[in-house]
Amino acid sequence: MRFAFTDDQLEFRDAVRDLLAKECPPAAVRAAWDPADRSPGGSSIPGWAALEEMGVLGVLVPEVDGGLGLTEVDLVLLLEESGVAALPGPIVEHAMVGAPLVGGRLEPGSVLSAPFSHDAMVPYSDVATNLLMFDAGAWHFVARDAVDLRPLPSVDHVRRLSAVAWTAAPATVVAEGAAAARAFDRGALGTAAQLVGLARRMILMTVEYVAERRQFGVPVGSFQAVKHHLADARIALEFARPLVYRAAWSLATDDVEASIHVSMAKAQASDAATLAARKALQCHGAIGYSDEHDLHLFMKRTWALAAAWGDAPWHRDRVGRAIL
Amino acid sequence: MRHENGSGGRGASRERVGRVARVASLAVDLTFSAAEDAFRAECREWLEANVPRGLPSGDTAEGFALHLDWERALFDARWAVVSWPEAYGGRDATPMEWLIFEEEYYRAGGPQRVTQNGIFLLAPTVFAFGTQEQRDHVLPRMAGAVDLWCQGWSEPNAGSDLAGIQSKAVRDEAEGGWRLSGQKTWTTRGAFCTHLFGLFRSDPEAERHHGLTYFLVPLDAPGITVRGFGRLDGDEGFAEVFFDDVHVGDDAVLGEVGKGWSVAMATTSAERGLTLRSPGRFMATASRLVELYRERVDAAPAATGDAVVQAWIDAEAYRWQTFETVTRMTDGEQLGAESSMTKVFWSDLDVRLHELALELLGTGAETDVDGWAKGFQFALSGPIYAGTNEIQRNVIAERVLGLPRK
Repeated sequence: MRFAFTDDQLEFRDAVRDLLAKECPPAAVRAAWDPADRSPGGSSIPGWAALEEMGVLGVLVPEVDGGLGLTEVDLVLLLEESGVAALPGPIVEHAMVGAPLVGGRLEPGSVLSAPFSHDAMVPYSDVATNLLMFDAGAWHFVARDAVDLRPLPSVDHVRRLSAVAWTAAPATVVAEGAAAARAFDRGALGTAAQLVGLARRMILMTVEYVAERRQFGVPVGSFQAVKHHLADARIALEFARPLVYRAAWSLATDDVEASIHVSMAKAQASDAATLAARKALQCHGAIGYSDEHDLHLFMKRTWALAAAWGDAPWHRDRVGRAIL
Repeated sequence: MRHENGSGGRGASRERVGRVARVASLAVDLTFSAAEDAFRAECREWLEANVPRGLPSGDTAEGFALHLDWERALFDARWAVVSWPEAYGGRDATPMEWLIFEEEYYRAGGPQRVTQNGIFLLAPTVFAFGTQEQRDHVLPRMAGAVDLWCQGWSEPNAGSDLAGIQSKAVRDEAEGGWRLSGQKTWTTRGAFCTHLFGLFRSDPEAERHHGLTYFLVPLDAPGITVRGFGRLDGDEGFAEVFFDDVHVGDDAVLGEVGKGWSVAMATTSAERGLTLRSPGRFMATASRLVELYRERVDAAPAATGDAVVQAWIDAEAYRWQTFETVTRMTDGEQLGAESSMTKVFWSDLDVRLHELALELLGTGAETDVDGWAKGFQFALSGPIYAGTNEIQRNVIAERVLGLPRK
């Protein structure tokens, strides 16, 4: 038993962290809210081309297909960083869900998105070039031009949800049965990793804010009521992250209980990030309620992802069916 | 201390990175090794054959005596202190093996250890600060449940604010050694123990954390009066201990005179963290809760099922967070303020596990045939002892997150 990442894994993470800090600051996330700047293709997503260049999008793609041939254990840390940055693109759907299935068939600069079930909505439908669609237990690989997209509102405007009208055909099937179910688990786990990153970011932002903001002549962060809010958020993060990493390992090693481990991780990460958002808003006060402050970018992503790929009660239900 | 906002502790952070670098490129491996599996099998076989059934609580006079038989049986089979060196009755077990032992101990239904405050709280300090003579004398007798140790930290006016300690140690210029006076209280199992480890103010001029000394005191020394009293959960497990000009020798001092605070604090992360309340204990409680849910599923509201699953996930979360922590310890890292997160988490989890059981029992909770109600009352002490959870949250905010103290 050894539960620690390697230096190589941590260095890769740090490189992605630095890259996203530079290429995807909050201003870039905010800019992505403007539909005029977005069209199909990776060039619409801040940092996407650099992530592709670094191999992040192809971590799970076999080397023979031009990927890095690594595992979910390597990718989970990078997806966490994409959550920290609130990267406005479908990196989970592309790199975690789709790439192991169709990685070798994706053109440079392409963007793959996917819904999490047959009746779900597709996120980032404005920038997607390809879609993975789910039907009757199988995932299909289809071009964006082959489907009809009907835009829907999203709590996080940058997610650009669409309902998709399309027709399944045997020729487009890329995964069935256990492989299809496993793709779903990868989506849930990748989303959990992003939620952990979002929780970290919101806690950090709030710590910085309450250390600066002064009321009654002192930093508001010196008040115990504020400290305890942030401590609770930090505790929830502390006891979500290990379950996310552990589920990544279970996926990488094809553990027979991997789905249950993923569900524990997604339930815990959804709740931890939702709590972090709540505490961050309360500790920011009115300025956090303003859409001119960056906090709302991270909160809205949190609320969207907490629900995506199965919300916490859905995943607890799946755990419950295994243990109760 | 390393702050996560980067505002402090950069030196410590660099040091940490240096340590981690030395164990480069060992991959994540979440399977137990063959040696760990073999250790688990050995634990399991012995514990299943030997764990006593139906022992009364060890926090009463009669129960305590029965528990001592069990503690001595553990020691005789070298299971009392598996992580200690063989010379002191242990097995030189790795931290991971110790966790495995704990999982198996509670899985087999083992009772809470009445020796725990010695072996989990005092012993790490003796290993770190004791003289060779102290180690050789104190540790084997502690492990063998010959000397039974209670913790003398709290005083009537020093609970969460432990630095407010007023009990005094005055140098005995005539006979040598020290003279202790004052009062300790809320001392768990104090009325049944033979020895006390505690902090006394040895420099009357010094304030707060300064001028305290850590003493090891036999409770049969002339001038000591112990009065047991009842606890919320119905046991007589509390005591107050009065010191009236009690003489102890120089060999009763653990660590440096006047440095008692740092001696005590060096190992408090053990108490707050994984050694006092290892994950195995809560996994066992969560398993019992799941069994209770299965028995009562027809009458259980759907919301209770959801909450039972969440509590079970939390027990798993504590287990995996601990495996991470133990890996870091194995790599040479010291635990710091992050153990405060652990303490809040397990103590709140323990309360919730018991609350859910009471919910499932409904009106049956009142007669308490299964002991869940008593367990609930005991669980309520968790958020209070070892530093209240409010103090822990302050520690987390200030030392983990780096928020301003004032």
